[in-house]
Amino acid sequence: MEPSRLPAFLLGRVVKAAIVILAIVVCNFFLIHAAPGDPASIIAGQSGAADARFLAQLRAQFGLDQPLYVQLWLYLKGVLTLDLGFSHRQQMSVAALLWDRLPATLLLTGAAFVFALVIGVSMGALAARRVGTWSDSLITVLALAFYATPLFWVGLMLVLLFSVTLEWLPSFGMASVGVEMSGLAAVLDVGEHLILPGLTLGLFYVAVYARLTRATMLEVADQDFVKTARAKGVPEGRILRRHILRNALLPVITFAGIQAGQLIGGSILVETVFAWPGIGRLAFEALLARDYQVLMGVFFLTSVMVVLFNLITDLLYAIVDPRVEVSR
Amino acid sequence: MALSRRGLMAAAAATPFLMRVEDALAQGIQPKRGGTLNTIVNPEPPVLHVGVNNQAPTLIVGGKIFQGLLRYSAKLEPMPELAKRWEVSPDGLEYTFHLQENVRFHDGKPMTAEDVVFSIMKFHMELSPRARGVFARIKEGVAVDPQTVKFTLSAPFEPFLLMFDVTVSAIVPKHLFEGQDYRQAPAVQKPVGTGPFRFAEWQRGNFIRLERFDGYWKPNQPYLDAIIYRVIPDSQSRRLALETGQVILTQSNDIEPFDVPQMRAQPNLEVQTAGWEYFGPLMWVELNHRVKPLDDVRVRRALAHAVNRDFIAQRLWFGIGKPATGPVASTTRFHEPGAKMPAYDVEAAKKLLDEAGLKPNGQGVRFAIKHMSLPYGEVFTRLAEFLRQSLRQVGVDLQLESVDVGTWAQRTANWDFDTTINYLYQYGDPTLGVERSYVSTNIKKILFSNVSGYANPKVDELFTEARDAADPKQRQASFSAVQKILVEDVPLVWLMEMAFPTIHDRKLHNVITSGAGVHASFDDVFLA
Repeated sequence: MEPSRLPAFLLGRVVKAAIVILAIVVCNFFLIHAAPGDPASIIAGQSGAADARFLAQLRAQFGLDQPLYVQLWLYLKGVLTLDLGFSHRQQMSVAALLWDRLPATLLLTGAAFVFALVIGVSMGALAARRVGTWSDSLITVLALAFYATPLFWVGLMLVLLFSVTLEWLPSFGMASVGVEMSGLAAVLDVGEHLILPGLTLGLFYVAVYARLTRATMLEVADQDFVKTARAKGVPEGRILRRHILRNALLPVITFAGIQAGQLIGGSILVETVFAWPGIGRLAFEALLARDYQVLMGVFFLTSVMVVLFNLITDLLYAIVDPRVEVSR
Repeated sequence: MALSRRGLMAAAAATPFLMRVEDALAQGIQPKRGGTLNTIVNPEPPVLHVGVNNQAPTLIVGGKIFQGLLRYSAKLEPMPELAKRWEVSPDGLEYTFHLQENVRFHDGKPMTAEDVVFSIMKFHMELSPRARGVFARIKEGVAVDPQTVKFTLSAPFEPFLLMFDVTVSAIVPKHLFEGQDYRQAPAVQKPVGTGPFRFAEWQRGNFIRLERFDGYWKPNQPYLDAIIYRVIPDSQSRRLALETGQVILTQSNDIEPFDVPQMRAQPNLEVQTAGWEYFGPLMWVELNHRVKPLDDVRVRRALAHAVNRDFIAQRLWFGIGKPATGPVASTTRFHEPGAKMPAYDVEAAKKLLDEAGLKPNGQGVRFAIKHMSLPYGEVFTRLAEFLRQSLRQVGVDLQLESVDVGTWAQRTANWDFDTTINYLYQYGDPTLGVERSYVSTNIKKILFSNVSGYANPKVDELFTEARDAADPKQRQASFSAVQKILVEDVPLVWLMEMAFPTIHDRKLHNVITSGAGVHASFDDVFLA
C-alpha cells in the first residue's frame, strides 16, 4: 500500500463507520422498544404487588412517560456525547455497569481467542503437513467433533470431569470469594477459574481454525510457486512457514476478524454455565428485564467493536498479502 | 417424676418458637462464633434495598441487612424483633410498640421511634403498593418517646399486626432518606439497616458479600462472620455448586424441583420445605372470563375436574408443595376446610362439558383454547405440557404459547390471554393476599389484580365485611362463606399450595426458625 493513501482511506472508513453505528443505534432503539412489556411492568411482576401509582412512578422515573421520539432524541444526544445513559432498574450508570463487566469478558474471550488461534492453526498446519497419516486423521476427527458438539454440552462435560469427578478445577465463578489473596496467588486463582470456560469457548474456534488452515494449506501446497521453491532446494520447514502458511492465512484472518468482533459481546451461554460475570450475561439479563439503556449500551459497544475489527482486518490483509490493496 | 411425658410434649408444642438456640443445645450442639456462609442468590437482584425493590432475591439478602418490628411463627403469631412488646387497645384502633434498647444502624446512629414513624408513614407509604394499601388506614403515627411508637387507625383492621415483617415494612434510617427522592438516595446503593449483617461488597454478576455487624443489638450475635451470596445463573451449575460443597445453602428457586430427590439422597444435605407460611404462595390456572366458553361456570368446573392436582404436587414438584383445595391456602389464616374445589374426575368433566353444549367433533375436540406458559423455568414448561395432556382427555385442545417474562407480564396485565399460570403470595391473611384476585373493584389492567374479570356481588360483599370486621370470629364467618361460593364458581383453577426447598449442609444450624424462613435475619444461624 502506498503510505500516502492510508490517511484518506482511514478517514473514509471512519466516516462510514460512524454512519453505520448511528443507524445501528436507531434500529436497536426501535427493535428493543418493539418487544412487549416495559421495565416497569417487569418490576411490578417481580415484586408480586402493584398499583397504578406504583407503575406511573416507575415509568416517570425511567422516562417512559415521554413520547418515543423524545426518548430516542434524548438517547441519541447522550450517545453523541458518549453518555450511555442510566439504568434506573439497577440505579447505576450504564457506563459503570459495562466497565464493571468488561475486564471479565475480555479476559475470557481474549484467552479463548488466543488459545483457539494458536492451537487451531498449529493443528491445521500439522495435519496439512502430514496429510493422509494417522495424525492427520486424528486431528481431522477431533476438529469435526469440536465443531459439531454444542457448547453448553462441552461445558457441562468438562465440569463433570474436572470439577465433580477429579475435583481439580472450580466449576463456576471468576475467582475465589472470601479468601484474601494477592500477587501470584490471585493470578493463579483466576487462571484456575478461567481454564474450563476458556476451553469451552475456545474449542469450537480451534476446530474452525484447524479445518480452515488445513484446507487452504493443502490448496496452496499444490501451486507452482511452492514447487519452484522446492525445486530450488529451500528447506521443507521454511517452505511450510514462508510459502504455504503465509499464503494460507488470509481466510484465517477473515475468520479471526469476525471472532475478534465478538470479543466484547462475550458468550451468553458460556458465561451462564460457568457463572462468569461478563457482558454477555449482562445483556441477556437486561433483555429479560427490558433494561433498555443497558441493552442499548451493550449493543452500541459491540457494534463499535465489530466495525473497528473489520477495519483492522482489512489493514492486516494488506500487510500479510501486499497484492491486496486497501480501498474505500 | 411429676411431669408426665405427655405433659412435656404439650409444653414443647405450646412454645415451639422459643426453642431455637435451645433446640440445638438439646442436641448437644453449642452455637459457635465464626465461619462464612457461602450460598446462592438467584436471579441477581437489581438493588439491595428491601423498601425500593420487593423481589424475592432482594428480600432474602436484604432481610439480613434490615429488620422489621416483628417476626412471625409458622402459625403466623407475631414475635418480637425490633419491637420487644406491643399492645392493642380493646377497640382495635390503637397499636403501641415498645422498641428494643441499644439498637443501632450500621452507620452507628441509634435507631429510635422517629425512624419507625418515618419508615411506616412516609418511606413505605411512598414506595410500596402493598404497604400503602394498608397503612393508608393509619390516621396518626407518633413517636411517644424514643422507645415507643403509637399508631392510631381510622377503622379497625384485624390483620394489621401481620404488616411488620422485614419483607413488608423494614425500618430504615430517617437521616439517610429524609428530604431526598427515596428511590435515588445514595443509601439505596449502600443499604444501611439495623440487621446482624452489614453490606460489604457487591461485584455485579459475581457475588454479594455481607459482613458481621459488630454493633448488633443482641449481645454476642450474630454467630457467622460473613455471608456470601454467589450469583450462579444456570440451574445445573447451582446444583453442582451445592453437591460439591462450594455453597452450603440454597433456597427459593435455586434448585429445580426435579433435582430435589437427588439432593435428599445426599447424606450431608438436609431438605426443608417449611419457612414459606408467612407468604403462602398459591398457584393456579388463570382463566380469562372474557374468552368464551370460560365465562360458563360449567366449563370452569369441568376444567377443574380434569386436572389431577396430586400428580402435579407429587410428580412435577416432587412433593414440594401440596395440592390446593380452594382459594385460601391451608397455612393462611381463615382457611375453610369445608370448602373443597371440584375433585379430579374425568367423567364428571366430560358430563359438564356435554351439558354446556360443547360436543366433541370428529377428532374428539370440543373446543380449543390458548395457554401462555409461565416463563419461570423448566418445571413450568412441564406443567403446561401436563395440562395439555390432562385437558386432551376431556376433549379440550390446549394450545401452548411460549413467551418471555416481559411478554408474560404485559399480556397478563392487559388481559391478552386465554389461560396462563400464576402464583400469588397470600401474606397470611385473605384480606391481604386473596381478596385482590376475586373482587370486582380490583378488575384492572395491572398484574396481580383481578385479571380474570370474575365478578360476583356476593363475593365482593363478603370480602368487604371480612376486611372491616374487628372480630376474628366474624371475619371467619364471612371468609368461610366466600370460600364456599368460590369453590362452586371456580373463577380460577387452583393447583398447588407452593413451597420452595431450602437445602443446606447439616453443619449449618437454625436455618428455618420462622414462617418467613430464609428471609429471616440469620442472627442465630451458626456453623458447627
